[in-house]
Amino acid sequence: MVAFDEMLPEPTGLRRPYTGYDGWLKNQDPARLTEKMRDAERVFRKTGITFAVYGEEEAAERLIPFDIVPRIISGHEWRRLTQGIEQRVQALNAFLDDIYHRQEILRAGRVPKELVANNEAFLPEMIGVRPPGGVYTHIIGVDIVRIGEDEFYVLEDNARTPSGVSYMLENRETMMQLFPELFQRIKVRPVENYPQLLRQSLATLRPNGITDAPCIAVLTPGSYNSAYFEHAFLADQMGVQLVEGHDLRVVDGHVAMRTTEGYKQIDVLYRRVDDAFLDPLTFNPDSALGVPGIMDVYRAGNITIANAPGTGIADDKAIYSYMPEIIEFYTGRKAILGNIPTWRCSEPDSLKYVQEHLAELVVKEVHGSGGYGMLVGPAASKKECEDFAKKLAAKPSNYIAQPTLSLSTCPILTEKGLAPRHVDLRPFVLVSDRIQIVPGGLTRVALKEGSLVVNSSQGGGTKDTWVLDD
Amino acid sequence: MLLGRTANGLYWMNRYIERAENMARLVDAGLRMALTRTASSAEEWTSVLLSAGCETEFRNRYDDLSAGPVADFLLRDKSNPSSVMSSIETARSNARMVRTALTRETWESINEAWMSLKRMLADPIDERELPKVLDAIKRETALIRGAFYGTMLRNEIFDFSQIGTFIERADNTARILDVKYYVLLPSISWVGSSLDNYQWESILRSVSAHRSYRWVYEADYRPTNIADYLILDGRMPRSLAFCYRNISQSLNYLDEAYGMRHVCHKTVAETLAKLKVGSIKEIFDSGLHEFLMDFIRDNYRLGDEVAEHYRFH
Repeated sequence: MVAFDEMLPEPTGLRRPYTGYDGWLKNQDPARLTEKMRDAERVFRKTGITFAVYGEEEAAERLIPFDIVPRIISGHEWRRLTQGIEQRVQALNAFLDDIYHRQEILRAGRVPKELVANNEAFLPEMIGVRPPGGVYTHIIGVDIVRIGEDEFYVLEDNARTPSGVSYMLENRETMMQLFPELFQRIKVRPVENYPQLLRQSLATLRPNGITDAPCIAVLTPGSYNSAYFEHAFLADQMGVQLVEGHDLRVVDGHVAMRTTEGYKQIDVLYRRVDDAFLDPLTFNPDSALGVPGIMDVYRAGNITIANAPGTGIADDKAIYSYMPEIIEFYTGRKAILGNIPTWRCSEPDSLKYVQEHLAELVVKEVHGSGGYGMLVGPAASKKECEDFAKKLAAKPSNYIAQPTLSLSTCPILTEKGLAPRHVDLRPFVLVSDRIQIVPGGLTRVALKEGSLVVNSSQGGGTKDTWVLDD
Repeated sequence: MLLGRTANGLYWMNRYIERAENMARLVDAGLRMALTRTASSAEEWTSVLLSAGCETEFRNRYDDLSAGPVADFLLRDKSNPSSVMSSIETARSNARMVRTALTRETWESINEAWMSLKRMLADPIDERELPKVLDAIKRETALIRGAFYGTMLRNEIFDFSQIGTFIERADNTARILDVKYYVLLPSISWVGSSLDNYQWESILRSVSAHRSYRWVYEADYRPTNIADYLILDGRMPRSLAFCYRNISQSLNYLDEAYGMRHVCHKTVAETLAKLKVGSIKEIFDSGLHEFLMDFIRDNYRLGDEVAEHYRFH
């Protein structure tokens, strides 16, 4: 199975969006490009754009490898993608509002009740809570894969705390530093206003009754968290405080941060701490990362938490397989962007099929992320398949399976010149009184030849993503 | 507006940058003495360790009082929380925590210092390379300071940083003086043996003042002049008076900005008053050692008071 290459597909040759770039590339000295690769790494290291890999010795700080060949999307392709994404994001918020109120979709039998009721991501504490503007998930990263000229699929919705947007911004910054002339030749739509848009959309959804400029803060688990760089980066770019749980406490019915002048009220909290750790009085009592009592303040409408607690029920992998039904139920239209066919191992027929075809499928944990705990059948050894089969048999409902898609490829620069590697795409969506999608996103690339795993924790890299202004 | 935790991070980031630089300077002065006076080098290294405040820890782990082990302990040893490597690590992790309060230039200079010193101090240092390593440490900290002073806004962020820098520096200068206070007592100032001359020069070298001293006092080393220079001279950037003028200025700016005074403002004013006495003679009359002991204790207390008042924790 030959993958669709986004730059140089067989047999038609160079695709249109890449013509400008190709014209420039042909005139480049390979030695200079190699030098630029090294420059890029120096920039990232110097700036400290690193992430920690859990489980490695002393949680070493590592760089996510950056490839200097951009991934290019035409304006036409982008418009189609954004329509699909907007529709999906509308449906996600409508679903959340419904699930925490009347649960019409469950009553209508379109999504099985037990899938919600028995789901850890469903928070009973959120029942009856309607955040400002009715927005539950403010910041969403939709993972999209492509397998052909017109074939885009949504692989996953990240509606809890999607990460990676800082890489989108720093990748562009780095490319503009390395190749200023390219940006003069080719009209690429800008992404750098993302932090301003984020700030505006957070401010728009401040609690009712806050008329002045609301006080916004980013809540991080701390500097040892793998995504700490991003938390600091976003706080910095938005010009808001970066707080940790122990900086905060509930004072007079509001969440307040400890400053050098005393406690100061926070109105909007962009939290990068998982639900379970958000409030030790409500959720995990051992959590030192959250704020005791914040859920009471939230339910009283005195703080906006983005994303709202309990949004995980919408991006759960078991729910994912119902997204086409969910979209149709709330928008009245068919999904513009398709789902990847998914077998729910909780269903006996599907389980049987998955068990018989394990070597051809990708099997994922329902609640997993980051590429951990998954089996890529075609790439796995016989022993790995056998071991996985045992885990699957022990708890089928914990797994879903999907066909091994031939993800599109995009060239990367290697020592031997350009070579195709599989990619995916995560555009970032902001929801306030409107839906905004910055033209671009994070392209993740599997650097190993033939590999389909693009996760940075598993040896994936990133590319700058260009949306052409055409 | 500034988080208490951020103020704390800025304060310690700057204390540790200052500490790393002072450590390099102490080793440098020790090395110089050891090279010129091999007979008493063990004594000199003991002074260095005492000034660094880690003589006991050193003796618990090493027997050999010579350049190799002392340099290793003060520059590389990560079990020594005040070694250059530990200090730079701590400074950087604080900087990382308060990153949103720093200019890009400041953060990058700290991050790059950490990367380059980590490489340089990874393996034991060949004694022949020691001067080069010490230069590199001083250069890296100078680059941080340059980036900091060149780009940071003079606001509360700057003030908490300044307070950290100068509390650490004052502590360092006072310790160096106290370890050798006996060679500065007037009774032996008349002797002026070559041994005394070496001791005096060593004190000045430890605070990088052996050249500037000569600009002020010409060639003669006189212990009262040295003490005067390092304690009372407001123009000498490592003197106690200089440090306290800066701390006082920053605390007063904070008071203006917040409209809140606290016991730390009183402490700094009292210490500053003691440093504005007419002459060094008054300090000698009431006892140099006692003066320095009091100073070190009050300086330590000031740090605690600042932390408490500005809600560091």
